[in-house]
Amino acid sequence: MHLNRLQAERMSLVEFRGVTCAYGDRRALADLTLSVGRGEALALVGRSGAGKSTLLKLVNRMLIPQQGSVLVDGRDTREWDPIQLRRRTGYVLQSIGLFPHLTVQENIGLVPRLEGWAVPRREARARELLQLVGLAPDDYAHRWPSELSGGQQQRVGVARALAINPPVLLMDEPFGALDPVTRRELQRAFSRIQQELRQTVLLVTHDIAEATALGTRVGILDDGALIICDTPAAVLRATDARVRRFLEPVRTPTTAG
Amino acid sequence: MTLLRFWQAHASELWAMIERHVVLVVLSSGAAIALGVPIGILAAHRPRIGKPLVAFANVAQTVPSLALLGFLLPLPFIGGIGSRVAILALILYALLPIVRGTIAGITTVDAGVVTAATAMGMTNRQLLWLVELPLALPSILAGIRVATVVGVGTATIAAAIGAGGLGEYIFRGLSMVDSTVILAGAVPAALLAVAADLLLTWVERTLRPSRHRASRRRVLVTASALTVIAVAFGGLSMRSAPDAIVVGSKNFTEQIILGELFAQSLEARGIVVTRRLNLGGTFICDRALRSGDIDVYPEYTGTALTAVFHETVGHDRGSVLERTRRRYAEGGVTVLEPLGFDNTFAILVRRADAESLGLRSIGDLKQVQQRWQPGFGFEFVERQDGYRGLAAAYGLSFARDPRVMDLALMYRALASGEVDVVAGDATSAMIAALDLAVLADDRGYFPPYDAVAVARTATLLRRPEVRQALEALGGQVSAAEMRTMNRAVDVDHRDAAEVVRQFLKSR
Repeated sequence: MHLNRLQAERMSLVEFRGVTCAYGDRRALADLTLSVGRGEALALVGRSGAGKSTLLKLVNRMLIPQQGSVLVDGRDTREWDPIQLRRRTGYVLQSIGLFPHLTVQENIGLVPRLEGWAVPRREARARELLQLVGLAPDDYAHRWPSELSGGQQQRVGVARALAINPPVLLMDEPFGALDPVTRRELQRAFSRIQQELRQTVLLVTHDIAEATALGTRVGILDDGALIICDTPAAVLRATDARVRRFLEPVRTPTTAG
Repeated sequence: MTLLRFWQAHASELWAMIERHVVLVVLSSGAAIALGVPIGILAAHRPRIGKPLVAFANVAQTVPSLALLGFLLPLPFIGGIGSRVAILALILYALLPIVRGTIAGITTVDAGVVTAATAMGMTNRQLLWLVELPLALPSILAGIRVATVVGVGTATIAAAIGAGGLGEYIFRGLSMVDSTVILAGAVPAALLAVAADLLLTWVERTLRPSRHRASRRRVLVTASALTVIAVAFGGLSMRSAPDAIVVGSKNFTEQIILGELFAQSLEARGIVVTRRLNLGGTFICDRALRSGDIDVYPEYTGTALTAVFHETVGHDRGSVLERTRRRYAEGGVTVLEPLGFDNTFAILVRRADAESLGLRSIGDLKQVQQRWQPGFGFEFVERQDGYRGLAAAYGLSFARDPRVMDLALMYRALASGEVDVVAGDATSAMIAALDLAVLADDRGYFPPYDAVAVARTATLLRRPEVRQALEALGGQVSAAEMRTMNRAVDVDHRDAAEVVRQFLKSR
């Protein structure tokens, strides 16, 4: 057990060490310790306001912890140049945030463009990623975001986050705004991509089913603390009362918030 | 039809005015964009710094245009008549819509888009150039469109301080009470505004995202190229010939005729002349003369002593002229020989009233002071030797406050019954044309107002031929001749330049 933990630490790409982060007097995270290994997809479940988004923003230094430290690649985020760090972490948001003034291909090619890639290489990469997320490049490369459905937009959002093969992919409720059918479609596509790429992923969601389906490990955040973090099977079997509450099937999407 | 004929007769002048108008608007809008967009960006990102700037733009917007010009005139470096002040004023007006448009454009960029951009590792500069500005562009362009269209209208006011443009026709028309001339300026100005609106709407529509990139780029390039050309053009055309003598005048018919008289007399001797006629009043002309913006303009001895030097005026013609000369000389200004007529104030009433009530002299106004509405020009109300002095000298006290009105409109207002007594010019053509009567100044209240040319001494020393030309005009214009010329312009709607040409030919 002790040896395992040491090993995990050596392997870990993202690590939280006793992190506390608060907005004003509301504590989002309290003394959180957590590590994500290479190639692992950690899915974190929590209610709204449980500090899920805060957790992701600590990884790419859009926030800095008040206490403790967040390490990426073994380096404290405070020591990272934020621009460099963010280029190494893809980010997929619930609101997608595609640039409405750029075509699909330009949206995907934007980070490569910031990295100074030449146009042909950017275009080839965009087509490759469109293929990966299941959109035919010839049909979609030159469309505007406003011409796509929500599901198609989020596929582009995922492709954009993967553009320069970042070591870490952060996903903030990526499929939360989609209708159930589209959501399942995208979850399937994501699983497939994840198996293909072995990407290190940190995904937050309020949907336990999504977490257990997509995560190689599942954590549950409650009131700023991690109450369990284990394989999906282990989490589903857990007997702890607090954990069981999260496992009860969601009756209506709105009560899950 | 008369309008078309007027344009035909003044074609080259009209084109020059349109061109100048466009240059004024393009230069000021260009500068306002260069200032307003960064201010808007700053205000959107740093409200604490930006808010005061927006407040300033707000205030600038609310100042009436003529008042704004008045504030700017006496400022060092930028003050003085001509395009500089006009462009500055137009910039101040154009700022607000552009700043507003920029702020609105940037603050309404979707928060998710900004988060996505930040999270992908954009620097602030990249965020601004790659995301915020492109998305704010339609809103910024809408602001620019409003600013430019309003600018086309506001630029007409620029003529009041000699910056030229289509406003010259409007002011000239107002001073001649000739609606054709007003329309000659107002119609092209309105058309320009519509054209600017259409052009910018087109640019706006073409630049909207979801257009093909190449065409958007082409529009941007075309628009910037046009701006550069216009600005370069403007820079050239703004400059008057280097050794030109600049002739100014105030903004009423007689002054314009006299200014034209000076200009043509100088030109007859082969001297290059730039005309800055129709400047907005004594104060502006005097400042322009002293700052070297103009070299010569027509003034009246009595006006000079009171309005410029704030002295009381005696009644002796010779000593008034002598004192005027002395005071001007201290400031490096030479008073040339009087032209030969006295344009004193005349208190005017409708002839019908004068006859039915038996009004002969100014003192007779006492019998109507309880019910009559006086109407005076702004200067007359303000000046020491104006209304207050007159009331004191004749023991008058009107029950109603005088209505302050434009000199040019006063005669019409009297004839149409809007006011009952006005203070006009003794040489005005309107007296006969509108059937008005002059009340006698039997107490000798109004001092002599001998018309003279006042010129910069430095110019006269440097260019003796200028002095010769102006001195040759001494004693050449009688009151009757002046009234005839005024009438030809004001009543017969003839061109001042042509009337003067004819007058000089008859000598």
